[in-house]
Amino acid sequence: MDNRTIEKSAIAGFLDELLETYQVFAPVEREGILGFELLRGSDEIVLNAHNTRQAPKEVFFPRSETLFTFQEGKIISTPPAEKERVVLGIRPCDARSTIVLDKVFDGDDYQDPYYVDRRQNTLLIGFACGDPLSTCFCTAVGGGPFSVDGLDLLWTDLGDRYLVEAITERGEALITDYPQFGQATAQETNRKAVTAAQATEKVSGPSVEGITEKLDGMYDDPFWDELHQKCLGCAACSYLCPTCHCFDIVDEGTVTSGRRVRNWDSCQFALFTHHASGHNPRTSGKERMRQRVMHKFSYFVENFGEIACVGCGRCVRECPVNMDIRAVIEAIGQAGDGSRISDR
Amino acid sequence: MSELEKVLRETARRLLEENQVEVIIGFEQGTLPLRTTPCFIRDPDQVDRLVWNASCGNNLAQYLHHTTGKVGIVAKGCDARAIVSEIVERQVPRENVVIMGVPCQGVIDRRAIEALTDGREVLEAYIADGKLVLRGAASEETLDLQDVLDDGCAVCQHRDPPLYDILLGEPIGGIEGAAVRPTVEQVASWNADERWAYFSTEFSRCIRCYACRQACPACYCPECFVDQTQPSWFAKSDDLSDIMAFHIVRAFHTAGRCLDCGACARACPMHIDLRTLGKMVEKDVRELYDYEAGMDLESVPPLGTFRVDDPQAFIK
Repeated sequence: MDNRTIEKSAIAGFLDELLETYQVFAPVEREGILGFELLRGSDEIVLNAHNTRQAPKEVFFPRSETLFTFQEGKIISTPPAEKERVVLGIRPCDARSTIVLDKVFDGDDYQDPYYVDRRQNTLLIGFACGDPLSTCFCTAVGGGPFSVDGLDLLWTDLGDRYLVEAITERGEALITDYPQFGQATAQETNRKAVTAAQATEKVSGPSVEGITEKLDGMYDDPFWDELHQKCLGCAACSYLCPTCHCFDIVDEGTVTSGRRVRNWDSCQFALFTHHASGHNPRTSGKERMRQRVMHKFSYFVENFGEIACVGCGRCVRECPVNMDIRAVIEAIGQAGDGSRISDR
Repeated sequence: MSELEKVLRETARRLLEENQVEVIIGFEQGTLPLRTTPCFIRDPDQVDRLVWNASCGNNLAQYLHHTTGKVGIVAKGCDARAIVSEIVERQVPRENVVIMGVPCQGVIDRRAIEALTDGREVLEAYIADGKLVLRGAASEETLDLQDVLDDGCAVCQHRDPPLYDILLGEPIGGIEGAAVRPTVEQVASWNADERWAYFSTEFSRCIRCYACRQACPACYCPECFVDQTQPSWFAKSDDLSDIMAFHIVRAFHTAGRCLDCGACARACPMHIDLRTLGKMVEKDVRELYDYEAGMDLESVPPLGTFRVDDPQAFIK
């Protein structure tokens, strides 16, 4: 597949045409917050956005989702999405997170029809990160600012234009339909390689080598006694996280009518996995923080062979008490000998 | 290291060495520019981690609800008032806490910096002579520290801790002049529909992460009303009416107790104006009952008591 380019001045025209056929989700600033929103017009898109405040996981896994409604004893299914969708401007870390989510919602054992329907119905156009933030650590967890994992197309900013690479056949098919894309020169493709090398060089992060094996023996380590102390027990980290995927299912309504809803849940909440019997398996912040770290770097790896963190840095930037997951990873590297964090 | 930090560390070391406290709760340097992070120090040799500066924005009093034994705590005006409330509400025994009071010149609001830097990442920052210098990859800009302080701090009347065991530094008094934040004045001037529209827009960004509740020293119910399931008072989905109900009931629950410390708003990842609703309730309580929370150990919170001459004109 040959590379293409699109001039920045042609993007509005491309979007206008794209919006005729597709629902387009792209970085948009609403009420001062940058997020992946349903694009209402081509002028809304923020092209030079760093990572959005919230991850685009909502496009596939909404914060609250009606699974079905019921009335007078009859169950009414939620209809699947009709229009095909495009996520434009997703960063490589967030694109990699869809692979993590796929393992949960579209795995061998279980396929979630709501999620699968949206995933199959959606193309991902990624924007390479030429200018990663200091809080980004994608390269430390197996990704990179120019990673194409999970993408259908990768666009690289070359100043007045984007280099457009088709990663999948679906991606290739999408751009052949639009006249705004021209043939890329070898020079343009080379420029991308230089930018990619520079950007990758810029990203750093803690080593996760051996972390899963290490955590495997740390369940009862005194490490957890202190790690959680400053954590407030909110869900800012998990709700902004592109890979966190825990949910709770509740029925809303009366006996005769209502709906079954799937809501995001967070392991940091006291209510998380609180049993109907009243028993709570995770009674304090210690167990909850351990769950979050273990799930990302141990249990998920054991279950699916991947770390459930893509290094987007959202939790690093937005934690109200600056609990920095990079520092936690480093501390795990030094822990495990039974000593307390404060002893080191 | 500032003179105040030096005294802070010496005091903390002495309290730990003399076994007056088991743990010191304070702030240490964070991992990002202009961020500190709460720390818990039990070893006297670790006290040099303690810092005090304009980025010490969390209200540390919140941690007293989860800490046992005797605690030494660094407390700016807001934190000390929260501790007073916790003692008055019998959540924290007075004898269990040694308050290291710190007069506070105001804390930085990261949202203000974000707005002023317009997406340019700050890689390094320092404060000198009332100015904040921010360095990015290809830029350096100097801002007035006053312009990036939390807007509540600009009108703060309680910069000095009203209660302390040890005062670090000299008292500085409240800020003279205006005592109401411009946002509060503006919202108060609106009619009910306009206010509803404002708060609806603000709360529509809420993702129900409960960072506000968790950061709040006045929110300590063992089970929050919103978490109750038998019965379930509110739905847990993203319906705006449920989200509004959560925030409004939280304002009710903290009526006469909210200090307007702003910890909730600074914790909010979605930059919701969480202070104004609480502040307006706080203003009502002050005007109706002549009461301000967290000022002394003797006054009884007006919503926790009944007097025959309580104003009741608002009961309709």
